[in-house]
Amino acid sequence: MSNYETDAAVLDAPSPPMVNRFGEWLIIAPGHTFDSITEKISNVVLQMGTPRWWFGALLIGMAFAVGLFFALTVLVFKGIGIWGNNEPVGWAWDITNFVWWIGIGHAGTLISAILLLLKQEWRTTISRFSETMTIFAVMCAGLFPIFHTGRPWVAYWLFPLPNTMGVWPQFKSPLVWDVFAVSTYFTLSVVFWYIGLIPDLSTMRDRAKSSVVKKIYGTFAMGWRGSTRHWSRYETTCLLLAGLCTPLVVSVHSVVSMDFAVGIVPGWHTTIFPPYFVAGAVYSGFAMVLTLVLPARKLFHLEDFITMRHIESMAKVMLATGLIVGYAYVFEPFFGLVYSGNRYEKFLILNRAFGPYAPFYWTLILCNVITPQFLWWRKIRNNIVLLFIISIVVNIGMWLERFVIIAVSLHRDFLSSSWGAFRPTIFDILTFAGTLGLFLTLMLLFVRAVPTIPMFELKTSLPQAHRVGHPEEGTFEEEVAS
Amino acid sequence: MISEHPIEGLEISMNDLMLQLPVLDTVAESKKAEASSNPLTSDEIRRKLSTSGRQYWRSIEELADSEEFDAFVRREYPSQTSVLIDPVNRRSFLKLMGASLGLAGLAACTVQPKEEVIPYIKQPEEIVPGKALYFATAMPRMGGAVGLLVRSNEGRPTKIEGNPDHPASLGATDIFAQAEILQLYDPDRSQTINHLGDIRSWGDFITEITGRVSGLKSKKGAGLRFLTESITSPSLAAMMKGILDDMPEAKWHQWEPARGNSPFIASQAAFGAQVNSLYRFDKADRVLALDSDFMMGSDTSVRYARDWSQRRKVSSSSTDMSRLYVAETTISSTGANADNRIAIRPSEFEPFVGAVAAALGVAGANGQAVSPKQQEFANAVAKDLASAKGRSIIITGEWQTPYVHAMAHAMNAALGNVGNTVFYSDPVEAQPMDQVASLVDLALDMQKNEVDTLIILGSNPVYSAPADLDFAAALKNVPYIVHYGLYHDETAKYAHWHIPEAHFLESWGDARAHDGTVSIIQPLIAPLYEGKTAHEVLTTFTKNPSLQGYEIVKNYWTGGAKGGDVDRTWRRAVHDGVLANTQIATKTLAPAAANAQPSITPANGFDIVFRPDPTIYDGRYANIGWLQELPKPITTLTWDNAALVSKATAEKLQLHATLQLTGGEYETDVVHIEVDGRAVNAPVWIVPGHPDDTITLYLGYGRTNAGRVGNELGFNAGRVRSSKNMWFATGAKVRKTPKTYPLAGTQIHFTMEGRGAVRSATFEEYKKNLDFVHEKKDEEEPSKDNSLFPRYEYKGYAWGMTIDLNSCIGCNACMIACVAENNIPVVGKEQVLRSREMHWIRVDRYYTGAAEDPDTYFQPVPCQQCERAPCELVCPVDATSHSAEGLNDMTYNRCVGTRYCSNNCPYKVRRFNFLLYQDWTTPTYKMMRNPEVTVRSRGVMEKCTYCVQRIQNAKIDSEKENRRVRDGEIVTACEAVCPTDAIVFGDINDPMSRVARLKSDTRNYALLGDLNTQPRTTYLGAVRNPNPEISRIHVKQQGWEQSS
Repeated sequence: MSNYETDAAVLDAPSPPMVNRFGEWLIIAPGHTFDSITEKISNVVLQMGTPRWWFGALLIGMAFAVGLFFALTVLVFKGIGIWGNNEPVGWAWDITNFVWWIGIGHAGTLISAILLLLKQEWRTTISRFSETMTIFAVMCAGLFPIFHTGRPWVAYWLFPLPNTMGVWPQFKSPLVWDVFAVSTYFTLSVVFWYIGLIPDLSTMRDRAKSSVVKKIYGTFAMGWRGSTRHWSRYETTCLLLAGLCTPLVVSVHSVVSMDFAVGIVPGWHTTIFPPYFVAGAVYSGFAMVLTLVLPARKLFHLEDFITMRHIESMAKVMLATGLIVGYAYVFEPFFGLVYSGNRYEKFLILNRAFGPYAPFYWTLILCNVITPQFLWWRKIRNNIVLLFIISIVVNIGMWLERFVIIAVSLHRDFLSSSWGAFRPTIFDILTFAGTLGLFLTLMLLFVRAVPTIPMFELKTSLPQAHRVGHPEEGTFEEEVAS
Repeated sequence: MISEHPIEGLEISMNDLMLQLPVLDTVAESKKAEASSNPLTSDEIRRKLSTSGRQYWRSIEELADSEEFDAFVRREYPSQTSVLIDPVNRRSFLKLMGASLGLAGLAACTVQPKEEVIPYIKQPEEIVPGKALYFATAMPRMGGAVGLLVRSNEGRPTKIEGNPDHPASLGATDIFAQAEILQLYDPDRSQTINHLGDIRSWGDFITEITGRVSGLKSKKGAGLRFLTESITSPSLAAMMKGILDDMPEAKWHQWEPARGNSPFIASQAAFGAQVNSLYRFDKADRVLALDSDFMMGSDTSVRYARDWSQRRKVSSSSTDMSRLYVAETTISSTGANADNRIAIRPSEFEPFVGAVAAALGVAGANGQAVSPKQQEFANAVAKDLASAKGRSIIITGEWQTPYVHAMAHAMNAALGNVGNTVFYSDPVEAQPMDQVASLVDLALDMQKNEVDTLIILGSNPVYSAPADLDFAAALKNVPYIVHYGLYHDETAKYAHWHIPEAHFLESWGDARAHDGTVSIIQPLIAPLYEGKTAHEVLTTFTKNPSLQGYEIVKNYWTGGAKGGDVDRTWRRAVHDGVLANTQIATKTLAPAAANAQPSITPANGFDIVFRPDPTIYDGRYANIGWLQELPKPITTLTWDNAALVSKATAEKLQLHATLQLTGGEYETDVVHIEVDGRAVNAPVWIVPGHPDDTITLYLGYGRTNAGRVGNELGFNAGRVRSSKNMWFATGAKVRKTPKTYPLAGTQIHFTMEGRGAVRSATFEEYKKNLDFVHEKKDEEEPSKDNSLFPRYEYKGYAWGMTIDLNSCIGCNACMIACVAENNIPVVGKEQVLRSREMHWIRVDRYYTGAAEDPDTYFQPVPCQQCERAPCELVCPVDATSHSAEGLNDMTYNRCVGTRYCSNNCPYKVRRFNFLLYQDWTTPTYKMMRNPEVTVRSRGVMEKCTYCVQRIQNAKIDSEKENRRVRDGEIVTACEAVCPTDAIVFGDINDPMSRVARLKSDTRNYALLGDLNTQPRTTYLGAVRNPNPEISRIHVKQQGWEQSS
C-alpha cells in the first residue's frame, strides 16, 4: 500500500489530455499508477460513502420490484389471464420481455469472452459492468418463461429430472432447447463473473477497514493471495471459460430464435432468425451497457477509466450490429413478398407495415434502422448526451422488434376467422416495469458492493505493466496486487 | 405419511362442508365457540360419525349444529371459520350462495313414490356403475315437441340427444334442447313454494287453493283466469277442459311472446278453421321462404333442416339440386343458406309478396309497385316456381302479416303444392287462439277489476307482454295471483303464491309434435328442488287435489285400466318416446279466395323488426350461460343483443362499431330508438345483407329477475313493442347518442382473404368441374411423404371426419352439444371480450361479395387432428401427442401451459384456461358434468378430442364381442346433434365406411392443406344453386369488416 497523500494529489490534478499523439482516445487517463487505480475504483465502494441519489434510485427500483412481486403473486393465484394474452395471441409481452432481456445479456458475454480472445485491450474497463448486467438481465429474463406458463408450479417439468411420474421433456420442442441454452448461459456467466471477481475481492478484503466487511470479502475471495501459481491457474481458467462462453454468444440467442423459427406461424418460420437474433442481441446489449455506463461513469467519477475510447468503440459495435439488424429488416420483406411466393408470408409483411399494429412497426424501423445511422458521425459518437439518448432509443426499438415478431405475427395468422388482437393489461405493464425495477435495484447494489471495474485487469493497460527487466523491482503480479 | 388426524379420510368432505357454512349464523356460532370450553376430540367426532352409518350427510349437518362440532371446526380449521366471519366480496358471496342453495336443493331430494322409468336401450336391472343409460323423453316447446334420448349417468341426466324415432327430431336436436341440461341444474331456479315471501309447503298451498276453488265454483268460476303458454299436452289440455267445464265462467288465456298470431288469423280466413301447415322439404325442388327462418328456432326446425338438406346433398351423379329463395326483412340462418336472397324492408315486403303472387297469377294479389330489383326477383322466382309445380314450397314466417300468409296459401294452392309438398292438418295445439288478442283481453279485464284469481302457468307476462298493456300495473288489480314457473322471475314478484316448476326432465307429462305424434315425457331424475308439474298444479282445481303427475298422465292414457296389455303398451310408449300412430291425419284443403289486405303502412322513418333472440329465444333462456356464450349464428355476438342495421344505414347515421385491440371487443355506438312514443337505447351492429333503413331488435334481453347469469344483460326491446306492432313497426325515429357500448364477438374478420377456407361453386360450375375444390395452385396439398419424419402406418383404426359445407346451415348446435358433452366452461362476457371463449368447435362464417348482397358460408372448425400436427412438435412436456389411431391426444395433467401448441396451430382450435373458468363449487354443476370427461382446471390447454370417450366406449363394446367397431357405432357429440348430417365421423381405414367414401368425393379438401398438416378432418366444398336470371350486385371481392 502506498500512502494516500501522493495519490490524492494525483487524483486532484487537472486532467491531462485524453488522446495520444495520433489523436486516438486513450484507454486510461494518463498519470495513473497501480496505486491510483486501486484507490479510485475501490473507493467507490469503501470510501466514498453512499450518495443520496443512490438511495433515491434504489427506492424507485425497489418500488417497481415490489410491483413485480405483487404482479407475480396475483399471477400465481389467479392465472395468466390477468395478462392480456388470449387466443390467438398466446405469447405477447411475456415472451417479448424474455427475449429482450436475454438479448441484453449478450453484450456481457461478448465483451468478456470474444473480445478477450481477440485481445481487445479496451474491453477490460467495461467487462465487469457488462458481465454483471448479463447476469441480472438473464435473471429478469428467466422469470418470464417460468411465470408465463399456466401452471408455474410444474414448470420444472421442462427440466429432465428423473421422477416417478414419467414426465420427461419432449426434446423436439425448442422450449426444451431454451431451457438448456439459458440455464447453461446463466451458469457459465455467473462462474465467469465470479472467478473474474476473485482478485479484486481480495484487494477489497485487504483494504476494508471494518472487520465484518473484511470477513465477507475474505470469504468470497476464497483465500486469494496473488501467488504466481494463483495467477497462472487464474489465467488458464479465464481463458478456458472464455473459450466455453464464446459459442454461447452465438448459441443462446440462436436457440431462442428457434422458438419462433421452428414454429409454422408466418413471420416466425424464417431461416434467417438465428444470425438475425444474435446480431439484435448484441445490438441491444451494447445499447444497454451504454445506458448504464454513461451515467455511472459520471456519478462515480470514472471518466479516467471509462474513456471516450470505450464509449466510441461501443458505439461502433452498435453501428455495426445495427446495420446487420437493418439488413435483416430489408431481407424479411424481400423473402416474404418476393422470394417465398407464400401468400401467408406476403400478408404478414403487409400486415406488419399497414395493419393495426403498423405504428409499432414503423417506430421500430425508426428506432433500430434510422437512429443508429447517426453513429456514422464521430461527433455524435463522442457526444455523451446524444449517445445516451440513442442507446435508450435502440433499447425501445429492440423491445418493439420482439413484440412485432411475436405478437403481431400471431394476431393474424392463417385462418382469417380466428384473427384477434392483443392489448396489455395493467399486470403486463407492472410485470415488465417490475423487471426493470429489479434490474435497477440489483445494479445499484452491485455498484455499492464490488468494484465496478476490474482493478487488476485495468492495471495491465498501464505502461508500467509492460516494462521488462529489472527483476529487483519484483514481479508483475506483486506490483499489480499491491 | 399418515396423519395422526384420525378422520383424515373425512377431511375433504369437511372442507366441502365449510363451503355451505354461510347457512350457519356466524355471529351466533362465534358466541357458542366462546362458551364452549371443552371441545370435542377427533375420536369423539369419529365415534359420532361412525354410529350414524349411512346417513352420513344428515349427521354432518346435525353435527354442524352442535356446539362441539363447531368448536372442533374452529380448532381444526381456524382459517376457514375466520373467512366466514370476514365480509365476503360479491363474487365469492355468490359462489358461496350458489353452493349453499344447491346443497339446500339436494337436501330436498326426498323419497319419491314408486314410478317406473324405462331405459331406451338397456334394461333398468342392468344398471352398471359407470355405464350410461339412455331414456326417451320429449321436450315440449313453442306449440310442439321434440323427442329426446337423455343420457343418464348413475341417475343424473348429463346429455341430451335426439330421438331417432321422433318425427321432429330424427335423432338430431338444436341449441335449446342441448341447453336444457344446464337449465335443469341451474342453481338459480326457483326452489321453494313461496307465499308473499314466506316459504310454504305444498300442503299449505293445496289447503288454501282448495278452499278458494270451492268459493270459485259457487260463482261458476267467474273472475278465475288461467294464463298459460301454448299447450300441446293432451292430458294437460283434458284437465284444463275439465276445469273449464266445471267452472264455465273461467277463462283460459294463452301467451307465447315469440310466436306470431298471423298463422291463426290467416288460417281462419283461408279455411274457416284452424289448420296446421306441414311441409315436406325432402320433396321440394324449389323453395321460397318469405321471411321464414324455418331452419332455426322453432319446434319443427330440426326436422325441416334435415329434410331440406336431403335435397342439397350432391355427388358427381347428381343431375339437379334444390333451390332456395329467401326474401326477408332481416337476416337469418335460412337467408344465409339461400341460393338467392333478397333483403326487403318490412314496409315493402307485402307489395313484394303481392308481386310474386301476381306473377303467379294468384287472384286477389295486389299489384302494388315494387322496386325494379324486387320486381326482377319476383318475376324470376315466379317463373322458376311455375316450372316446378307440385314440387315447390312457399313457406311464410309466423311473424309475417296475415296478408303474406294468405298469399302463401294461395300460391301453394295455385302451384299445386297442396297434397304434394304442403299438407294441412288439424292443429296440434290443444286450443289455438289469437294469443295477442287473448293477452290484451286479459290485461283489459284486469284493468277493469274483473279478474280476482289469476293462475299463471309458466308464462312471464310482466317481462314479455307488449309494453302498451302495462301488464305489471294491471296485475296490481288482481287480488289473488298464483305464479308457476322455473324461475322466481319478474312476474313472480307480483304473485301471491309462487310454485316452482319441475323441469321437464324431472316431470311426467306428454306432448304432441308438429305432426301430432304423442310422446310421453318421463322424468330422468326426481325434482332437484320442490318443483311441481303443471298437472299437479291444475289438479288442485279438481276433486283429487293431491294427485301425482305420474298418476295423472298414466291414467289419461290408460284410462285407469290395469293389466298386461295396457301396461305393456304404456311401457312401450314410455320406452320408445313416441306413441305409435298418433299423427294427425293430413287433409287437402283449398284456401278461400284471399281477401286480406296489406297491413303495414309505410311511414317516414325507420322500420323496426322484432325477433326472438337466436340463442336465448324470448328470454326464457336468459340465465343459461351456455346459450348466452353461444355466438349468435349470424353476428357471432355473445351476451348481448344489438340493433342490427345495414352498412348503408350505419353510414347514413354515422354509426360505427370499432374493433378494439383486446381481441373480441367492439366499441359500438348506441342509438336511441323511438317507436310510438316509447323509446329504448341500443348498441348497433352492422350486418351485411340487412335491408336499409330497417333495424332488427332481438327480444329476450334486459331481464331483471332472470337469475345471476341473465340479469341486466343487453336491452329490453320489448319496451318499444306494442300489441299493435308485435313484429314490425314503421315510422321509428332513430338517432345516434354520444354513448358507446362494448359488444363481445367471437369472430372479428369475415372475409376469407382469398385463402380458400371455404371452397364453393355454383351447381353449374360443379357439374362442369367436379374437382373445383382443388383448382388453385397455392392450395395444393403436398405429398404425404413430404416430411423429414417417416410416415406412420395406422394399422388398426384411423379415425377421421368429414364436414359437408353444403349441408351446414350454421345453427351452432354442434358448439353447444360439444359444450354439454365435454364439460366446457362458460367464461363470461369479460373473457369473450378478450377473445378467450372456450368452444372446442366453432362455426366460422365468411361473407363473399358486396355488403348489400353477400353470400354467407358457414364452416364448423373442430380440431383437425393433423397427422403431422404442428402442436405436437413444440410441446416441451409431451402433453399433446399422437395416438396410434391418429388422434391428437391431450394429456391435461401433464400440461404446464406454455401455449406454444396453440401459437403453432394454424387452425387456432386450441383453448387455454387463462383463469379458473370451471365452477368447482356449485354442487348441481358437479351433477351435471359428464363423468367420462376430465374437468379441466386453470392453466392447461384443451381442445376437441373427437369425443375420445365415445370412441373408447365403442371400442370396449366391440372388443367384448371380438369384432371391429362398426361404422356409425361411434357418433361424436357434434355429429349426433347436427340436424343436416353435415358431420360424419368414422374409420378411414375401412374403405366402406361413410367417412372413407366421403373422403374420396371430389369435393373433399383439407383446410389449409397446403401446410402439409395432413388433417384428419376434411371438408366437402359448398355447392350453391343460384338462379342465373337474378342479377347480383357484383363487386370485386372486398374486405368487409365491422370496423370499416
